[in-house]
Amino acid sequence: MDNALRELYQEVILDHSRHPRHHGVLNDASHKAEGYNPLCGDRVTVYLKLGEDGRVADIKFEGKGCAISQASASMMTDMLKGRSQAEAEKLMTGFLHLVKGEDASDLPEDDRERLEVMGGISEFPMRVKCATLAWHTYKNAVEEGKNVVEEGAT
Amino acid sequence: MTAQGKISTAFDVEKARADFEILSRTVYGKPLVYLDSGASAQKPRVVLDAMRDFAQSEYANVHRGVHFLSAAATDRYEEARRTVQKFLNAAREDEIVFTKGGTEAINLVSYSYLAPRIQPGDEIVLTVMEHHSNIVPWHFLRERAGAVLRWVDVGDDGSLDIEALDAAINNKTKLVAVTHMSNVLGTISPLKEIIARAHAKGVPVLADGCQGAVHEVVDVQALDVDFYAITGHKLYGPTGIGALYAKRAHLKAMRPFNGGGEMIREVMKDRITYADPPARFEAGTPPIIETVGLATALDYLSAFDRKAVAAHEHDLLAYAREQVGQFNWLRVIGDAPGKGAILSFEAEGMHAHDLATILDREGVAVRAGHHCAQVLMERFGVTSTSRASFALYNTRADVDALIAGLLKARGILV
Repeated sequence: MDNALRELYQEVILDHSRHPRHHGVLNDASHKAEGYNPLCGDRVTVYLKLGEDGRVADIKFEGKGCAISQASASMMTDMLKGRSQAEAEKLMTGFLHLVKGEDASDLPEDDRERLEVMGGISEFPMRVKCATLAWHTYKNAVEEGKNVVEEGAT
Repeated sequence: MTAQGKISTAFDVEKARADFEILSRTVYGKPLVYLDSGASAQKPRVVLDAMRDFAQSEYANVHRGVHFLSAAATDRYEEARRTVQKFLNAAREDEIVFTKGGTEAINLVSYSYLAPRIQPGDEIVLTVMEHHSNIVPWHFLRERAGAVLRWVDVGDDGSLDIEALDAAINNKTKLVAVTHMSNVLGTISPLKEIIARAHAKGVPVLADGCQGAVHEVVDVQALDVDFYAITGHKLYGPTGIGALYAKRAHLKAMRPFNGGGEMIREVMKDRITYADPPARFEAGTPPIIETVGLATALDYLSAFDRKAVAAHEHDLLAYAREQVGQFNWLRVIGDAPGKGAILSFEAEGMHAHDLATILDREGVAVRAGHHCAQVLMERFGVTSTSRASFALYNTRADVDALIAGLLKARGILV
């Protein structure tokens, strides 16, 4: 297998996509948004329960999609749980830089190390939107509550 | 050709491949295996040369000036119209309207022919296997004029049941709009029968020939079809050019589409008269160079024994179908008898986009997604499929590369 493919479909990612964490409906969600990728027809719904201080008290996602989108959503829910809004924002910005192959050195080292497995996607520009769908949907859930996010075709 | 002018029935794929320079390139260091001609076909050298030669030696605007080059360009443009006429076996050259593609051809019928004839509650019969280009223009009439879209289902194998279609046509039906060949399933619609049934009830038929005209020999007179849409870029021609065939009587009764130069007879401050068809529907400067490219592509395709090309493509499909039939983890979507050379499928544990990414790294280009056919995706309970579509330049070795890529992807993803 070529290196770029090995990087993209590494075991951590495949494990997240086969066994997504925090998958399902969050019944007591305070925020919710649906994301849609018109390129492939994939959908993801992100459910959030924000605490009074704005912290992500709980988060879940639902949806079907490619390995990249499922792994990204799974990792995102893993990493966002317990974060403040400021931390979440920083994480998302860093993630977006990372998947586009841009400088993500402003991420805390722990976070960067965990997210770096998604870095391989930067070699596959047609697939970046698969990885960002869940994150944009999360942001939309926080800001709008219940709007559909579209990841437009590149 | 022999001395008698008889075309050889043998189809030499290697000789044809040599006409397509792009097929000799590599992708990620692997030989290109192009199985996405259903989205857009590659262009033979003669098409590219013809466009370049025309632009270099005979180019000017058409139907405008009196100067030498304008006359030369106009001749080529109108000659291209006759080439399309011959390709579709239309009775008259003025039954061919140049459009920017199949989409515009169908939108033209929707706007200029059907919209003024729609009363709320009138019906348009469609099949679930239509491309969005043969759905959305009719949705416009649903939204804007209260038309009702009546959908005809396909069978689990993707075949179209003529009785079901016939039953959907009633005294409110104003048009049947059906694909000649499904871009996902490969199903070939029984057009002649559909048209006979619709006409028996006084209903005209539009056929979307964007795929069909590539793989089948089209005779619009024998079909007695009212409207037939084609696009150049799937016919080994350039993008930005297509055509609508419409019966003369329909064209004469149709209101103008875009307004501008070329489509008028006379423009005054307080009134306007329009040019006769086809000019009435060709506002503005057309894609002149592309029109020459389209004509060259049609000549290129017509110079082959089309039956031999079809046999070659069907052999590839049968070969691919047999190979994937051995995989119990792969579900073929579309198995209608006599279908054209398109293979759509979903593979267990492999999303179409992951599969396409891995195949791509093997040099194999397939289409992944909903193929602009979301109504059909819903019918088959999927959001996307992978699709290999075969053209005259594909080989059994291309199929082998696809199969090897599928196995490799399975090794990675499952």
